[in-house]
Amino acid sequence: MWDYLKLAVLGVVVVVAAIAASMARDLPYLVHMLVIMLAAAITFVWQIRRAGEPAPVTNPNEYMDGPIRFGVVATAFWGVIGFLVGVVIAFQLAWPELNFQWAQGYLNFGRLRPLHTSAVIFAFGGNALIATAFYVVQRTSASRLWGGGLAWFVFWGYQIFIVMAATGYVLGSTQGNEYAEPEWLTDLWLTIVWVAFLAVYMGTVINRREPHIYVANWFYIAFIVTVAMLHLVNNAAIPVSAFGSKSVPVWSGVQSAMIQWWYGHNAVGFFLTAGFLGMMYYFIPKQAERPVYSYKLSIMHFWALIFLYIWAGPHHLHYTALPDWAQTLGMTFSIMLWMPSWGGMINGLMTLSGAWDKLRTDPIIRMMVVAVGFYGMATFEGPMMSIKAVNSLSHYTDWTIGHVHSAALGWNGMITFGALYYLVPKLWQREGLYSLRLVSWHFWLATIGIVLYAASMWVTGIMEGLMWREVDAQGFLVNSFADTVAAKFPMYVVRGLGGTMFLLGAIIMCYNLWKTVTSTAEKQPARAAAVPAE
Amino acid sequence: MGLLDHHKKIETHATLLLVLSFLVVTIGGIVQIVPLFYLDNTIEKVEGMRPYAPLEIAGREIYLREGCYTCHSQMIRPMRDEVERYGHYSLAAESMYDHPFQWGSKRTGPDLARLGGRYSDDWHVQHMINPRDVVPESIMPSYAFMMNRTLDRSDAEHVRDIMAVYRVLGHPYTEEMMENAVDDFFAQAEDFGDPGLLDRYPGAQQRSFDGQEQVTEMDAIIAYMQMLGTLVDFDTFVPVANR
Repeated sequence: MWDYLKLAVLGVVVVVAAIAASMARDLPYLVHMLVIMLAAAITFVWQIRRAGEPAPVTNPNEYMDGPIRFGVVATAFWGVIGFLVGVVIAFQLAWPELNFQWAQGYLNFGRLRPLHTSAVIFAFGGNALIATAFYVVQRTSASRLWGGGLAWFVFWGYQIFIVMAATGYVLGSTQGNEYAEPEWLTDLWLTIVWVAFLAVYMGTVINRREPHIYVANWFYIAFIVTVAMLHLVNNAAIPVSAFGSKSVPVWSGVQSAMIQWWYGHNAVGFFLTAGFLGMMYYFIPKQAERPVYSYKLSIMHFWALIFLYIWAGPHHLHYTALPDWAQTLGMTFSIMLWMPSWGGMINGLMTLSGAWDKLRTDPIIRMMVVAVGFYGMATFEGPMMSIKAVNSLSHYTDWTIGHVHSAALGWNGMITFGALYYLVPKLWQREGLYSLRLVSWHFWLATIGIVLYAASMWVTGIMEGLMWREVDAQGFLVNSFADTVAAKFPMYVVRGLGGTMFLLGAIIMCYNLWKTVTSTAEKQPARAAAVPAE
Repeated sequence: MGLLDHHKKIETHATLLLVLSFLVVTIGGIVQIVPLFYLDNTIEKVEGMRPYAPLEIAGREIYLREGCYTCHSQMIRPMRDEVERYGHYSLAAESMYDHPFQWGSKRTGPDLARLGGRYSDDWHVQHMINPRDVVPESIMPSYAFMMNRTLDRSDAEHVRDIMAVYRVLGHPYTEEMMENAVDDFFAQAEDFGDPGLLDRYPGAQQRSFDGQEQVTEMDAIIAYMQMLGTLVDFDTFVPVANR
């Protein structure tokens, strides 16, 4: 009965999507409807082929690792794509000829930049978060993922979201809000997937066999629920037509700016920080084989972090037409945010007490420690840049870009790489990684790449900030805007090289993980049965 | 550490943890966002702001579509060098009809908040076709294809549909403006078009922007760029100290 209901729903989706595609008023909408139609049709065929067969027996005492294995592959795949697009647009800024004539209107910087930011944040970061969240919640709750096949829906639904968002950007469908570019149809789909994600996660936590909810889960829960709130409020929009991709966001002007950066900064705060701290709280203790440094510190910095972060948005709007009181609030809370951020860093680093020698022998732990180090640096640099006097120089410059990348590449990238190196042997029941030497290569390529990136952006950022404001003895501006653009060229090349090194490291990782799965010995039986965590 | 002992209640109860986390993260947003909707001095009271004319909307849509905001800001800060370089600092009132705002976050290229009237239409056409023809140091991509993309009646009707949504959101479009939307769209790009456009949209610029017979995306984007920052009458602007 349940099977037939599913088939009926899928059939209806196929037909409705086909009709909508035939009535499409613009190309992105047409492509999106075809994607939905195709996805529903494939699921329909897959469903009908196994209709009537007895349902496969699943052991409720066994972890559900299928969606996590797929998630690990997707993380590595989207990571490489996202880094590659980043390298391309970095070189576009050095050599504008790379905005190729033949691809004009599709692959210009303005369209590829949202593709890059979304690919790394939402595709690479998002898949890493979903995969690790599913892994961690099962292990720390000693219970199987709740909801039967719902976890599979979350995984595939999220990939469809990524494909819709990416095709939308290249075809020119955008709301024009940074990091919230996808249009209403894609937004609605993500909402459905996200609610399913929350349901699977909370269901598993509620089913736990441990009395306490482990600290990593607090961060994952805060991340999932806050992102849902941000997404819904910032993307409130009225579609112009049910058959077109265009919508008009409800908010305008100064309110739109405030809401956008409330969203934007907390995409950083919850997507890229709280969620990844959840990762840190599981994988670092596991890899170091040491307990978390301080339980009290984790309680204090958790509540302080989630409370303070949400206020920090207005520091993106210093000296703008946003009223001063809001700017001052944003700056004050941004500075306070330094403390809980470093609380997390200290808790992560000090977990290695008594295991520091592993830094010499274990390149994975080295990666995780460097990640936490970059987290600490970025969360010091951030509050500093949110001080109005500093911001008057740094805002609108490459300094911001450097800041973002030392955090995104250093913290989010490195902790994810560490988690992937930890997960792959576990998920495919291997004795260990194919090559630790290659992990070391990855580590050094990535680290030097980040240093080149951040250093070159500090130089260009501070340079252009100073050049813009430079006046001569008579009080005239010294530099035209074009002068500052020309002055940045060498550093743009250095930045591109740094990005290339980071990309190379990621490709080496993919090769290493691939070889781990295909050509290392399988680990003997020890099945992944649910045992209460110690 | 008595207080922390009570944390046991939260961390052994999943729903409680979820609800409390959610409550904690709502506070900041409520305090910072809600007052912006009711505080009187949030948006300055100035003369001159009007909703966008149809062709300007088409231009703004192209501006969004091409991701111009990823490299250009539309927000001049009240600092000496910015005011010297770009003009009077931006007011909140100037983006009141922008869904969403386009203040930007990065100046890979210069600020565009007061671009209107700074350069000739010819300069813009050359610059969009190949930016390095007029600014050798420029790293902006070429947008030559806009010259060949003709806008037809369905594009004008699409803009009218957007105006209808703007109206729902409170933009002061009149019945007359809605009825004339499609005609106004084409009239703005004509050298001697219907002057009724200027009554409906005071200060709008009306001419063939790209010098071609047909209305193209180039007309639309230049119409938009030439009106940026030109609407407010700064004689009517009185700064408020406590804002």
